[in-house]
Amino acid sequence: MSLKREIAFVLNGVRTRATVPVEMSALAMLREVVGLTGTKYACGEGECGACTIIVDGLSTCSCLMFAVDCEDRDLTTIEGLARDPLGEKLERAFVECGAVQCGFCTPGIVVQAKHWLEAHPHPTRAEIQRGIEGNLCRCTGYVKIVDAIEMASRNDA
Amino acid sequence: MKVIEKDTLIGKRIAKLDAPEKASGKTRYVHDLDLPGQLYGRILRSTRVHARIRRIDVSKARALPGVHAVLTAADVPYQRPLGVGKDQLPLKGDKVRSRRDEIAAVAADSEEIAAAALALIEVEYEDLPPLTDPAEALKPGAPVIHDENLPPPAAHEALKPGAPGDAEAHRHNVAMTFDYAQGDVAVGEAESDIVVDDWFRLHYVTHCCMGVSGIIAEFGPSGNLTLYSNTQVPFLHKREFAEILGMDPGRIRIIQPPIGGGFGSKLDIYPFEPICVFLAKATDRPVKLVFSREEEFVASPTRQPVLLRLRSGAKKDGTLTFRTCETLHDNGAYTSWGATTPFVMMQTISSLYRVPHCKYHTTAVYTNNPYAGSFRGYGNLQATFAVEQHMDKLAAALGLDPLEMRLKNAQDPGETTPQGMQFKTCGLKDCLTTAAAASHWREKHHAAIAAQKTPGRLKRGVGMASMLHVGGGAKIYPSDGCGTILKIDDFAHLTLMTGASEIGQGSETVLAQLVCEELGLPLDAVTVVNNDTDITPWDVGVHASRTTFIGGNSAIGAARKAKTKILAAAAKLTGLPEVELELRGGHIVRAATGEALMSLAKLLRSLHFSDKAELVMTTNYYEPPSHHQDKEFKGDVSAAYAWATQVVEVEVDTETGVVRLVKVTAAHDVGRVLNRLGIEGQIEGGIVMGQGYAITEELIVEDGVVRNPGFRDYKLVTAPEIPEMDIHFIETMDGEGPQGAKGVGEAPAICMAAATANAICNATGVRIYELPFTPEKVYRALHRAKAPGGTG
Ligand code: FES
Ligand code: FES
Repeated sequence: MSLKREIAFVLNGVRTRATVPVEMSALAMLREVVGLTGTKYACGEGECGACTIIVDGLSTCSCLMFAVDCEDRDLTTIEGLARDPLGEKLERAFVECGAVQCGFCTPGIVVQAKHWLEAHPHPTRAEIQRGIEGNLCRCTGYVKIVDAIEMASRNDA
Repeated sequence: MKVIEKDTLIGKRIAKLDAPEKASGKTRYVHDLDLPGQLYGRILRSTRVHARIRRIDVSKARALPGVHAVLTAADVPYQRPLGVGKDQLPLKGDKVRSRRDEIAAVAADSEEIAAAALALIEVEYEDLPPLTDPAEALKPGAPVIHDENLPPPAAHEALKPGAPGDAEAHRHNVAMTFDYAQGDVAVGEAESDIVVDDWFRLHYVTHCCMGVSGIIAEFGPSGNLTLYSNTQVPFLHKREFAEILGMDPGRIRIIQPPIGGGFGSKLDIYPFEPICVFLAKATDRPVKLVFSREEEFVASPTRQPVLLRLRSGAKKDGTLTFRTCETLHDNGAYTSWGATTPFVMMQTISSLYRVPHCKYHTTAVYTNNPYAGSFRGYGNLQATFAVEQHMDKLAAALGLDPLEMRLKNAQDPGETTPQGMQFKTCGLKDCLTTAAAASHWREKHHAAIAAQKTPGRLKRGVGMASMLHVGGGAKIYPSDGCGTILKIDDFAHLTLMTGASEIGQGSETVLAQLVCEELGLPLDAVTVVNNDTDITPWDVGVHASRTTFIGGNSAIGAARKAKTKILAAAAKLTGLPEVELELRGGHIVRAATGEALMSLAKLLRSLHFSDKAELVMTTNYYEPPSHHQDKEFKGDVSAAYAWATQVVEVEVDTETGVVRLVKVTAAHDVGRVLNRLGIEGQIEGGIVMGQGYAITEELIVEDGVVRNPGFRDYKLVTAPEIPEMDIHFIETMDGEGPQGAKGVGEAPAICMAAATANAICNATGVRIYELPFTPEKVYRALHRAKAPGGTG
């Protein structure tokens, strides 16, 4: 029904093309057009962080971004962190520290943590808490999430 | 000689089996699944709180290209009432009774087309007088919410405790009533040296599962129905779907993809679920129906809002004498589990402490508000909020220390309460003393009282609250059991098929652990299958903190049967008596020395490929030794009971009313710690959920309309706001529990609001009887107290 546009961007290191309705969000594009479902919808209005991705080095709520605005940009999603040393370290730390319960918030928080740790490699716990304040988790009470990010920030992890 | 030392998995910090796939974003929740040929369902909801539907015109919607079906009540004459109260049809045809009411549904090629079709549906309403204040509902002449003659409910075997009201009750807007009594409260009151009497007002909150509600329905070629559902009660659900759809339950299969949070919200069947099935039936295509977040706020259940009056008495020495509790439950427009929370509430009133005389009454009334379901803690947050504030209030009035007052009245192991609950293990006194000592409660409590009158903007205080909750299942249904099927393959890999659902709480991992413990296998030797009613044996569902206890005992039983088989075969092969053999590290070993005799895999193969060819496969059904309550609500309803004390330390900004949670010290009688990592996570998550209930969360419902259906205005606790947490486990080693454990899922959320109320009072001298403790409410309470003639 709606107007569509073809766009090109880099997704997790791979040059990608997609045809998207102009009103579609980047979140919907990732999930429905590209088929990467690790990025989650939990509010659609920038309040929960479940849809966090990294766009040109900045963590972004993909629900608030138009798909067409991905044109020529570099996107990293949770799926792209599997081959990233820090991302991989974070994922392992989340598992080992018990930071995952239902897991719905987890991909968004892992992506946010990866982005944030790069700028703050030696954080205190309080700083980590601030670093993920835009991500909601209903299950864990955040303690073990902070543990995990702290663990991943240590060189020996 | 290879020696394998005895090792144990119990009490260790064990990572969840499903965590790696969740952390890497590979887990497919229901939202992430798509079936070939799938259509998208959307629901049109009422824009009025109470109205007759005069006319629905769906012709324009039907004409929209890409629309496959538009259904209204008229299109599904076969639909039947659903839910706990059986007082609503999935699609409403005559009348709407709340803003969430489902009027029409669309299946279309895309979400966008479905949404566009909804906008084309014309509905003409005739408004009826709204009823949104529960106190008004009982007044003569109040508008009647349920004046319809619903088709008779189909026979339903599940016991409906505090049975739903009949047509006559509905005429008075009464959905349910509960009455319980022990002793004689008049006698108790006469014996009292002090009586306190207060009203408490508990608000609406909602689950806010990060994964919104969703379902996929598909009919197979032979007419069998497959549902991809987030339910916490797949087997009860199957039965209910069969009733609503007039189908043979044997033709319904429920697959449970991983779930983005449950907390009790998925314990009942909700209209969107059969509606999705209607759409699948009408289109003969798979239909996926997923809520938006706004819809989740408006149309998923809430915690039960309650107006509660409590009268409590005590003797000079602090001995409790009596309690009377009356509650008015705002049932909302329909009856779900929220109306039955008195079950749990009365246990706290009657049995958290020894009280000889008790009287309890609840009336749940219909209004045009959202309706309440079950939510972690199930009424216990509300009851504990009142009871534990009264413990402090009585202590203060008698000049006693609140801790001593509690210890004096605390239950002991071995006690049977007048309500019939038998406390075979009870760690309440240990919880009290442990939490008090670890938090330096006594010093801080007295220091805060001394500081109340001194000047200063920031005031610190500590408050404590304890709780009692079922910890060994709850016999609400005819059976509270769980089935297990276990098979071990030729390579000593084990598949555990269990009825117990995983809802993020970590049950899958704990069950695997318990089975491995019996069979001496490493955790990676287990696959847990827990999500398909065509495969897994029956279980009543994930509720009442029961899964570790019931599912765990069931799994252990199946593992023991397998072990017996294996050891018998090993005895034959080795020529050693069974008692001298053990299973360790995937081997048969000599029990005394640990000498490895042969690998388990080898033994299994020799059993399989012998002339008496046999596989090791066992089944077990565990039914806990608990009892149904009688008509007076008496009986030992759980096989074990969980206890906890939490001490909350707050800092109150007396100029802004902002309450900051500084620290929570929690002591929980969990029977025994099975997975330390998992249980800490449960408790931390529960504490923060309790913090939200106490301080930040409120679903604002004005004139039947949810005013804050989004995370912007419904404030969940975020990472920087959490308190420091100090968690202690009291291990009472319950004789019936799996490896001694009791259920803990709900417990940590229960005490928080009560303890916070007591802490605010300790800090400021002002007691607040209404939740949540928002800055505005606290500020006003502090100022009222300061104003001449104000009350605190
Ligand atoms: S879904 Fe994007 S912030 Fe919640
Ligand atoms: S683990 Fe469930 S929302 Fe965070």
